[in-house]
Amino acid sequence: MSEAHAAAAEPTWQGGGTPFAVGLKKFGMWLFIVSDSLTFSALLIAYSYVRAANDWPTPFHFFPSIVFATVMTLFLLSSSLTMVYGVSAAHHGARRAAVKWIWATAVLGAVFVALHSYEWLHLMRDEGMYPWQNRYGSPLFGGTFFLITGLHMFHVITGIAYLAIVALGYRRGKWTPEDVEVAGLYWHFVDLVWMFVFPLIYLLSTSVD
Amino acid sequence: MTEVELSPEVSEYTEVHRHPEPKGFIAKWIFSVDHKVIGIQYLLLALVAAFVGMGLSLLVRLRLVWPERSFGILGDLFPVGAPDGVMTPEFYLAMLTMHGTIMVFMVLTTAPQGGFGNYFLPIQIGAADMAFPRLNMLSFWTTFVSFSFLIAAFFVEGGAPMAGWTGYPPLSAVPEAAVQGIGQDLWVVSIAFFCIASLLAALNFIVTTLDLRAKGLTMMRLPLTVWTWFVTAILGLLAFGVLLAAGVLLLMDRNMGTSFFVPGGLVVSDKAIDHSGGSPILWQHLFWFFGHPEVYIAILPGMGVTSHLLATFARKQVYGYKAMVYAIAAIGILGFVVWGHHMFVSGMSPYSAFVFSVLTMCIGVPSAIKTFNWIGTLWGGQIRFTSPMLYSIGFVSLFVSGGLSGIFLGQPTIDLYFHDTYFVVAHFHLIMGVAAIFGMFAGVAFWFPKMFGRWMDEGLGKIHFWCTFIGVYAIFGPMHYLGMLPHPRRYAEFTGVDYLQTGSAGELHYFITIAAMFTITAQFLFLFNFVKSIFAGKPCTEANPWEATTLEWAIPSPPPHDNFGGKVPHIYRGSYDFSLPGAKRDFAMQCNKDEAVYGSAAGGD
Repeated sequence: MSEAHAAAAEPTWQGGGTPFAVGLKKFGMWLFIVSDSLTFSALLIAYSYVRAANDWPTPFHFFPSIVFATVMTLFLLSSSLTMVYGVSAAHHGARRAAVKWIWATAVLGAVFVALHSYEWLHLMRDEGMYPWQNRYGSPLFGGTFFLITGLHMFHVITGIAYLAIVALGYRRGKWTPEDVEVAGLYWHFVDLVWMFVFPLIYLLSTSVD
Repeated sequence: MTEVELSPEVSEYTEVHRHPEPKGFIAKWIFSVDHKVIGIQYLLLALVAAFVGMGLSLLVRLRLVWPERSFGILGDLFPVGAPDGVMTPEFYLAMLTMHGTIMVFMVLTTAPQGGFGNYFLPIQIGAADMAFPRLNMLSFWTTFVSFSFLIAAFFVEGGAPMAGWTGYPPLSAVPEAAVQGIGQDLWVVSIAFFCIASLLAALNFIVTTLDLRAKGLTMMRLPLTVWTWFVTAILGLLAFGVLLAAGVLLLMDRNMGTSFFVPGGLVVSDKAIDHSGGSPILWQHLFWFFGHPEVYIAILPGMGVTSHLLATFARKQVYGYKAMVYAIAAIGILGFVVWGHHMFVSGMSPYSAFVFSVLTMCIGVPSAIKTFNWIGTLWGGQIRFTSPMLYSIGFVSLFVSGGLSGIFLGQPTIDLYFHDTYFVVAHFHLIMGVAAIFGMFAGVAFWFPKMFGRWMDEGLGKIHFWCTFIGVYAIFGPMHYLGMLPHPRRYAEFTGVDYLQTGSAGELHYFITIAAMFTITAQFLFLFNFVKSIFAGKPCTEANPWEATTLEWAIPSPPPHDNFGGKVPHIYRGSYDFSLPGAKRDFAMQCNKDEAVYGSAAGGD
């Protein structure tokens, strides 16, 4: 009780909406990223588990598969750079520049999705690789490939829609620079996930001969 | 906007922006963004789910005791599962699965956290609403969609799923398995929706607790209810994402021909299954990585309510408040590293089993701290034996009874024998099922006057408590003995198997079924009391009828639209300042300044 008295003498908590100097939405996005990274982690662990338990094929050749995926990666990573410029411009009050950079980010993301879809179609039509079967070996090779890259692509498509909404809303003054930054957090997270997917799914499946 | 008169208990306050009240029935009661309405929506969903789940448990018990008997009405409702009213073994498994799923997800996860947490967390920390009100509404309606999918599984071709609430493959993953049709798909989709709803809600709870506390409300002054809702939310945030991933994999196995969980060479219903390379153990890892934290998601809020009520009705400070907080956190952390103890018989290395076993034993330490502190809180108190207090004491009793058997099950050598027997059924029902539900009863009885501005009938409440308390021990006590025989769980009948007829096993099953019927009947007392009191209970006009200390008791009953009418009270003390020496009353509310408590100067009252 004496402790309670001492604490009452000097209130250490001032209350209010954003006591950690982090906006509510930004904090919420960080927590969402924590949760979503656990979903991806679970899938990558499942991938490691079935990979270790099976005779795993390594069918991707350096050319064209890995080169093509590297180009995709380049587009996705560049989109993170344009997003950084967009957030920075928004925080400096350069509204038109920020909107331009956000659209550039969305376009780079769309190019990634287009290339990725082309790759998927190629694998299905020309290589006969599907989630349930392939001609390389364990059918789970196709299962894990399409599952993990598919979930990532779903996140990229969602992100493009999110960026479009933020770009329109920010241009009309409905959304704030902080909202742009929160969208940026999500976008960088999606890129970061790809930096796990690319080595684990593509590079580790490279044919050694 | 109606002006809200602030209680004289509030010594000082800060003016904040007020939210306009919603207009129209739909905005106010259906798609409401008010955390109080959403809390009641969650509670009602859980109430419906609890009665459905309870009905299923009755069918399970009836089938065990009278496997051949015809129950006419069942034949009309489920012509396939119960032709001429006689339940088939498949029907038994389906009812078992749906009982577990509905109770764990739609009752134990929604009511304590989504219901009471939503309603009282913002009020207890002095906030006008959750941090993201619209996200909150989205969480509830996603939960509702999830519940609808689950209920739909009863009525589709092939009937409800049979793979148990744990959905173990290969049974859950192979569509060719007998009578496993679209019901199992609906089950997976329902769980996936539930995961999304729960992790969004968890995110909301965490941001709200950390960012929206009133001035002076430091973390170590939070009511223990808030602490448990907060830690539960962290568990939900980390656990449901993993179950979501597992659900996606299972759905792909069922519908896209992948075989993550299906091993090669499997023969189901005399058909060779065209799958290879998968592992059912992978599902068990992913599922229990979620499943064990889920146990604490169900029980932690009940612990919070119990701590809160024991202090309030013993008129004493919570014994060892800080130890309680650390114990809550320790249980939360340990909950993530013990999932393997559900898999001792799944072919685990003895070294891994040893590690999981030792970590499991460690949970006994914070659990014992909590139990001793509850007893310490009661010790020497001036106990007021109200019905919410009885439920809380019942919680402590059930928690101890269920927890002790957990120490046996946590040891691989003993678990090899007890695994999948009625001993396990008794253990988890006492601790996770019934104890958590006593936490909910306590919460309903305690907060009812605040939520609805009316009293529940105290006499009926006490009768309901005693019937239920005796009833659940009569059901689950003998099950420990049955488990030692050992009677395996998930078997549709025990007649005709010689080794299962030892001693009084048959009579005990009969006794348990009668006790279950008695306990289920008693729940209608609660339902009657609850519904009647909402409309015709004795009006409660006081703000603080229990002479409690936390913020929800400083505002009118029922609370106005944005809780404090834009005037957020300042906090001056911890949550449980009862029986302060020298104080004018035997309690000091968190918003009382010292002057108001001790009367040394002109204070708030």
